[in-house]
Amino acid sequence: MAYLRSILRSGKNAVPAVLRREFHRTLPAAVQVTVRDAIKEALDEELERDERVFLLGEEVALFEGAYKVTRGLWKKYGDKRIIDTPITEIGFTGIAVGAAMAGLRPVVEYMSFNFSMQSVDHIINSAAKTYYMSGGLQPVSIVFRGPNGAAPGVAAQHAQCFAAWYGHVPGLKVVSPWSAEDAKGLLKSAIRDDNPVVFLENEIMYSVPFEMSEESQSKDFLIPIGKAKIERKGNHVTLVSHSHVVSRCMDAAAVLAKDGIECEVINLRTIRPMDMEAIETSVMKTKHLITVEGGWPQFGVGGEILARIMEGPGFSYLNAPAVRVTGVDIPMPYAKHLEENTLPQIKDIVFSVKKTLNV
Amino acid sequence: TYADFTPQATFDIKKCDLHKLEEGPPLQAVLTREEGLQYYRTMQTMRRMELKADQLYKQKIIRGFCHLYDGQEACAVGIEAGINLSDHLITAYRAHGYTLTRGGTVREIMAELTGRRGGIAKGKGGSMHMYTKHFYGGNGIVGAQVPLGAGVALACKYLGKNELCVCLYGDGAANQGQIFETYNMASLWKLPCIFICENNKYGMGTSVERAAASTDYYKRGDFIPGLRLDGMDVLCVREATKFAAEHCRSGKGPILMELQTYRYHGHSMSDPGVSYRTREEIQEVRSKSDPISMLKDRMLSNNMASVEELKEIDVEVRKEIEDAAQF
Repeated sequence: MAYLRSILRSGKNAVPAVLRREFHRTLPAAVQVTVRDAIKEALDEELERDERVFLLGEEVALFEGAYKVTRGLWKKYGDKRIIDTPITEIGFTGIAVGAAMAGLRPVVEYMSFNFSMQSVDHIINSAAKTYYMSGGLQPVSIVFRGPNGAAPGVAAQHAQCFAAWYGHVPGLKVVSPWSAEDAKGLLKSAIRDDNPVVFLENEIMYSVPFEMSEESQSKDFLIPIGKAKIERKGNHVTLVSHSHVVSRCMDAAAVLAKDGIECEVINLRTIRPMDMEAIETSVMKTKHLITVEGGWPQFGVGGEILARIMEGPGFSYLNAPAVRVTGVDIPMPYAKHLEENTLPQIKDIVFSVKKTLNV
Repeated sequence: TYADFTPQATFDIKKCDLHKLEEGPPLQAVLTREEGLQYYRTMQTMRRMELKADQLYKQKIIRGFCHLYDGQEACAVGIEAGINLSDHLITAYRAHGYTLTRGGTVREIMAELTGRRGGIAKGKGGSMHMYTKHFYGGNGIVGAQVPLGAGVALACKYLGKNELCVCLYGDGAANQGQIFETYNMASLWKLPCIFICENNKYGMGTSVERAAASTDYYKRGDFIPGLRLDGMDVLCVREATKFAAEHCRSGKGPILMELQTYRYHGHSMSDPGVSYRTREEIQEVRSKSDPISMLKDRMLSNNMASVEELKEIDVEVRKEIEDAAQF
């Protein structure tokens, strides 16, 4: 019975699971799903659930997505719901926002958030500010999604992280998932949210598989926007991160554990509204805080967290100054070793932890 | 007595210039007495409301940006007469007239302009950010409203309700890149969108000849059929809008209208409006082409209303505006 239930719930994922586990009598409840497939599942389920949801962006339909995220969706839903746009970001973003104003629920894909800079007037002035400046008359239910931040070898114009830029704006929600469960649950919440949501994926994470719990395979699985997750418990230092850099923090934590240093790794999941409560609670326990991000240091996500810690109850618990580990303050270089050194590496996180703990 | 008035009359209206169209709107328009009185009242209300806003701005009760519409009344009233309230409309910042035709009351417009809680947007929007049902403002960023309007049209088509979107912009905005991006997508996807360029000859202080390599705005949509017409004649605007609406509703895709019109005020209340144009020019338009006078003359010379009746409307309108401006 449990066997049948798991097949029915996990659908196509059950087949490879069955093949792998043919010697066991029961299926495992969890399955391995890549972040890419988790995003696609979220899109598929929400398209099915609500007629008003539709996708638009470059190459989302026939090409099956520049990064294959939307593979199969056009074949299933057709031209009306999966729309290929010309390469005209400001135009199609404006059109999407207008459609949202008239009651549809568009999901706009940017081939990379670097291209969203062309559309930023519509994201901010037409979408983010409208509910407020209309005195509550005009909601804009829209999701802007796509890969953000570093990607291997793409160099300066294609590797910027926009978490701080969009996180700055009242009226937007900004989400930055790390795992497959994050991606699925948060994207579903974003699509169901009546506010404009910027959904920052990351190309490095697309092919990474994660175990998805049985619960997360349900079509109503939602992760609330605005709540962080403790990926690893620890007592000595709090590491706060988001997106692909969470992987680095987990790796650094494993290295530090060998020296008896236990890191608590917090996966922010949402940039705005930020879950300061989770960070405060952790800091009150560990007394040490380090933020780790891929974006630039000046006016970044880490800078905001550190400022809020100073302003809140956590400050008096700190035994050392809270610090940030960030990407280097330069346009992303191309050469591999330069690129590697531009992002926070395991050794940078380890160094920062040991310095903070004075060991 | 009222029974002596002509119930309706037919008027010749100017032929439109056509682009990629075999035929244009009809050369005659039928106006009933009721319609005439309604257009007159609405245009007069719009006129007096804008003049009152001018006063309040000079008294510093209205602050920031205030872009007045007087002179252009025939555009807003004529367009609304050619569509239904169930259709959609979006414009830029010279929006008070449209807020009125789209269902806003003078009182809530004035309250919004003066930052009161009873304002359309609870005082949080101001002059450029007023919304009503199926009216999406009021937009402050030049040109941004055009792709937004095409998006509304996309929703109309998607939801299959036979509604369309009127998407307005000025001669200044007409050079914006995002408008050309919008023409492309609206045409590709056959969106039910009427693009309307209100050409009042000046983008802020820059005349059309100094801003555009081609001032044939009705042709700038290239593959989109277009018409150019007299925006000071409310009947001309109405007939062209009906023609354009029919085009959209029959599934042919977008169409473009250029309304040749004029604003008496400067670009906004901080612009006296005479450093880039002459007072003589303004005066000439006022005396020869005023939209309200044109309608009034038509109705009086065809015995569709009396001088007293129209004066009564003027008095009622003035009172309505005065009351709305009491705080």
